Amino acid sequence: MTNAWTDIKNTDLVVVMGGNAAEAHPCGFKWVTEAKANRGAKLIVVDPRYTRTASVSDFYAPIRQGTDISFLNGVIKYCIENNKVQWEYTKAFTNASYIVKDGFSYQDGLFTGYDEEKRDYDRESWDYVIGDDGFAVVDPSLQHPRCVWNLLKEHVAIYTPEFVERVCGTPKAKFLKICEMIAECSTPTKTMTSLYALGWTQHSSGAQNIRAMAMLQLILGNIGVQGGGMNALRGHSNIQGLTDLGLMSNLIPGYLNIPTEMEENFGSYMSTRQFKPLRPGQTSYWQNYKKFFVSFQKAMWGNAAQADNDWAYDYLPKLDVPSYDVLRIFELMNEGRVNGYFCQGFNPLLAFPNRAKITSALSKLKWLVTMDPLETETSRFWENHGEYNDVDTKSIQTEVFQLPTTCFAEEAGSLANSGRWLQWHWAGGTPPGEAQHDTWIMGQIFVRLRELYRKEGGAFPDPIVNLAWDYKDPGEPTPEELAKEINGRAIEDLRDPTDVTKVLVPAGKQVLNFSQLRDDGTTLSGCWIYSGNFNENGNNMARRDNHDPGDTGAYLGWTFAWPLNRRTLYNRASCDVNGKPWDPTRKIIEWDGTKWSGFDVPDIAPNAKPQDVGPFIMNQEGVSRLFTRGLMRDGPFPAHYEPFESPVDNVINPKIRGNPVARVFQNDVSQFGTSAEFPYAATSYRLTEHFHYWTKHNRVNAALQPEFFVEISEELAAEKKIERGGWVRVWSKRGSIKAKALVTKRIRPLMCDGKAVHVVGIPLHWGFIGAAKKGWGPNSLAPFVGDANIETPESKAFLVNIEPTTPPSEVVA
Amino acid sequence: MMRPDSPRTAAANPPVQPMETNLTERDLIRRSATSSLPPPERQLTEVAKLIDVSKCIGCKACQSACIEWNDTNPAIEENVGVYTNPHDLTADMYTLMRFTEWVNPETDNLEWLIRKDGCMHCSDPGCLKACPSPGAIVQYSNGIVDFVHENCIGCGYCVKGCPFNIPRISKVDHKAYKCTLCSDRVAVGQGPACAKACPTKAIVFGTKEDMKKHADERIADLKSRGYANAGLYDPPGVSGTHVMYVLHHNDKPHIYADLPDNPRISPVVETWKGVTKYVGLAFMGVAAAGSLLHGILGRPNRVTEEDEEAAEELVERKPEARV
Repeated sequence: MTNAWTDIKNTDLVVVMGGNAAEAHPCGFKWVTEAKANRGAKLIVVDPRYTRTASVSDFYAPIRQGTDISFLNGVIKYCIENNKVQWEYTKAFTNASYIVKDGFSYQDGLFTGYDEEKRDYDRESWDYVIGDDGFAVVDPSLQHPRCVWNLLKEHVAIYTPEFVERVCGTPKAKFLKICEMIAECSTPTKTMTSLYALGWTQHSSGAQNIRAMAMLQLILGNIGVQGGGMNALRGHSNIQGLTDLGLMSNLIPGYLNIPTEMEENFGSYMSTRQFKPLRPGQTSYWQNYKKFFVSFQKAMWGNAAQADNDWAYDYLPKLDVPSYDVLRIFELMNEGRVNGYFCQGFNPLLAFPNRAKITSALSKLKWLVTMDPLETETSRFWENHGEYNDVDTKSIQTEVFQLPTTCFAEEAGSLANSGRWLQWHWAGGTPPGEAQHDTWIMGQIFVRLRELYRKEGGAFPDPIVNLAWDYKDPGEPTPEELAKEINGRAIEDLRDPTDVTKVLVPAGKQVLNFSQLRDDGTTLSGCWIYSGNFNENGNNMARRDNHDPGDTGAYLGWTFAWPLNRRTLYNRASCDVNGKPWDPTRKIIEWDGTKWSGFDVPDIAPNAKPQDVGPFIMNQEGVSRLFTRGLMRDGPFPAHYEPFESPVDNVINPKIRGNPVARVFQNDVSQFGTSAEFPYAATSYRLTEHFHYWTKHNRVNAALQPEFFVEISEELAAEKKIERGGWVRVWSKRGSIKAKALVTKRIRPLMCDGKAVHVVGIPLHWGFIGAAKKGWGPNSLAPFVGDANIETPESKAFLVNIEPTTPPSEVVA
Repeated sequence: MMRPDSPRTAAANPPVQPMETNLTERDLIRRSATSSLPPPERQLTEVAKLIDVSKCIGCKACQSACIEWNDTNPAIEENVGVYTNPHDLTADMYTLMRFTEWVNPETDNLEWLIRKDGCMHCSDPGCLKACPSPGAIVQYSNGIVDFVHENCIGCGYCVKGCPFNIPRISKVDHKAYKCTLCSDRVAVGQGPACAKACPTKAIVFGTKEDMKKHADERIADLKSRGYANAGLYDPPGVSGTHVMYVLHHNDKPHIYADLPDNPRISPVVETWKGVTKYVGLAFMGVAAAGSLLHGILGRPNRVTEEDEEAAEELVERKPEARV
């Protein structure tokens, strides 16, 4: 989230699209009801189904899954054509005026530089014209035909209300009503918030779905302001923490990058990470990259990381592919190229697409270790449960080790919520049986492994034997020790560069925050963006002061938000060019002539003159990007592509299947279905009564939503002679499941490109273990393809067929 | 400072000082099958739970909290193609979200109406009036209608007496169960578990007066959003209730999973009331043998079809049936 859960109460319009906040985030949704009750805010829901969120909305419109970009580009077009643009904001705070290279264009559904063989673009032309002074050329009058604004106008021109209706199935009148409601938020005193979740990310164009809404929010002037923002509602209490701490194959903590094999040494790695400002006087904060990277290396390897060995750069793995995401790992596993797999707090057998492939892959492992507080289907993938898990146990040789762990209520630590708040919690119970903390398990394994490497050597033992591990009990680092290491400390006395007699931080003391980190090896920090979480003031994540001066919803004394306890990102943009709040009744910060101050931590240097320094300090331009240069693989503007499995062709260019640069493994190509064979558009989702595959173990949750079902319209039910509560079989090119039929008015056929599209909704909470009745999940059916930029599986849009059937059999074959 | 005689909200934390329970025998204003109840020594402030249907997202946190607080064990049933689970109120499920898909004929828009069903705690409680067993159903001066299980004979008359079809007879102990408005929590200064668990404050709790004021604000908001018939459901046919609804369409309560448009105690039950005294006396006569008798029968005493027919005959000429 750019903003915080508590900030939603400040909005005038909530748009829930690509998510179902009331259903999946009922507790956070209270802030929507607050905005409605206290500010008269309106709620719009756009979704293939009339959801629980829709049930309390002011306006609902249906949309076919996977067509959000068409819808949003249509709204952008509407706002531009009807002059519903926050012009001062757009001109000053976006790259609307930047001139783009002549080579760049978009035609027949493709941008310049497409290579069909490689399924990739040469992105050289997707960039600004750079002037002789080394800065990007701009035209503040927006008259230049090649400026971003004019290219954007041209790009969205095809997304007319008629086009939106044809592609999305959203009736034109409903679409236009939503355009009107959104356009009202282009004034500086009305704001809209976007709440989204996996309904946008789990698509082959997932990242571009979010881009499209971000662009709309920018031209409405809704980023950085109270009640505005792009608010990703994370699907797990600590999934924000997972990405922050770099639990991605291509990241190290704090959104730094794992080097690629092309970056053989530290020099070549840093050469593309200088981040020089693209406009005069801009902050371009990533210029500090080296400080954060070196401090991370020092946290990892301590004394073994020195200037003369490039801070142990060679210890880092080097990627030979863009990422080892879950799809790639299971592809490799299925090819027999992975021997062992540690599965910590994860249930891939029910989570990842194409379950048959997941089962096949796990069966090829030599060993599998699962670490989980609960029994998982993954740890029992080899066990035959009749139709529910019809495997040949005898033929599976994988050795499975189940290590029971504690759950969140049995351990201390911090959870990072959607609003980036690191909230410390304390153990509320003692672990049952043999359950151990994850840190204990990892610590015990590490000390044993290190001993083996010490004794036996190996090809390259250095990164293991030299790992800094100075915890009081090496077998179990405490949460406090880890949190302090993440915050970082001075290794030597840190002296004031302007007065070397003055010691800012004595050796061994915690740094105040990341502003004190250095690139000369005198500081360490495990994750720079979290720095400030646990400094000499104590554990700031454990703070529980709920005072809220100005009633802004910032609650600066409550826990700690990264970065620097800032609650609203880009909050400098809540003020005009001269530093005055756009809406004085919703002030966050303000320029008083000499400095910035207010109710939140300013997202700008405290003394940066408002006319000189742009608000988007992480960007080299100092402004936000409507045109994202070459930073995304599939285009600098979002463009309409169909899902890989779609009931209709891409109307812009019928030859393009899915996202043209999304990675597809050769083995999976033959496993995509067509609408001739699989006529119905399936989607997957969560229900309020359950949390993923956990709560089916709990009798209360199981009683409230006992058994697997799929949702279909009354029209489809009539067509296929399916009865409410009867058994149906649903199958795709990859698998087949059985479920109870929930026949509903909340799903209606959509008219898309002249044909009726029926939606089949498949919730995801059932498996073959637990208190609830046995069932399946949508992943048995979903396709093995991900987003072009970040490989999130396309679990929200695929094709199935459906028919009435008989109950499943539990009989073991 | 004087401690209020009942909690004013469900959101507050429990009081830290020891608190004398404030729902005692002295606070009863009605007691089933008891003609000579001494007047209460004090009048407690009337409390109420307000359920704002327009704010409810159907998350079932209230059902979950109800199960946890009352330590019940509802069955894990089959899915029959609806979101309402369990399928009905049971002796182990005192409250239930009932989901209705309703197409508004005026706008042709679908509305998903989600109503939390459960005991309404009527000011004029049909269950209590129908109950033949002395002290099995009581009403406190704060408005809470409670079942006292040690006095319950499992006859099921309360089921017939209830205009909202709420009480359920347990198949395990053959006693009647329903929402208590968390009388055991309210007695010690805490609001009902469901209201405390509700994430959107669709369920709130306090004095009946405060709840009516709060409802007025909500109704004004709904009217501003185009719900011209938004209103408070506090039906006069049972002299008002201590569980009230804010409905977007208060002109037609029945669209909310058959919420009665004009609930009143069935005239059949009013007639039983006469019979009850006589049956009640008979029961008292066999009081000593009561538990033995119950053990022999081994099943709940129910209103038999013959009983019902007989009662109906008595009121033949009064065709008012409850909606």
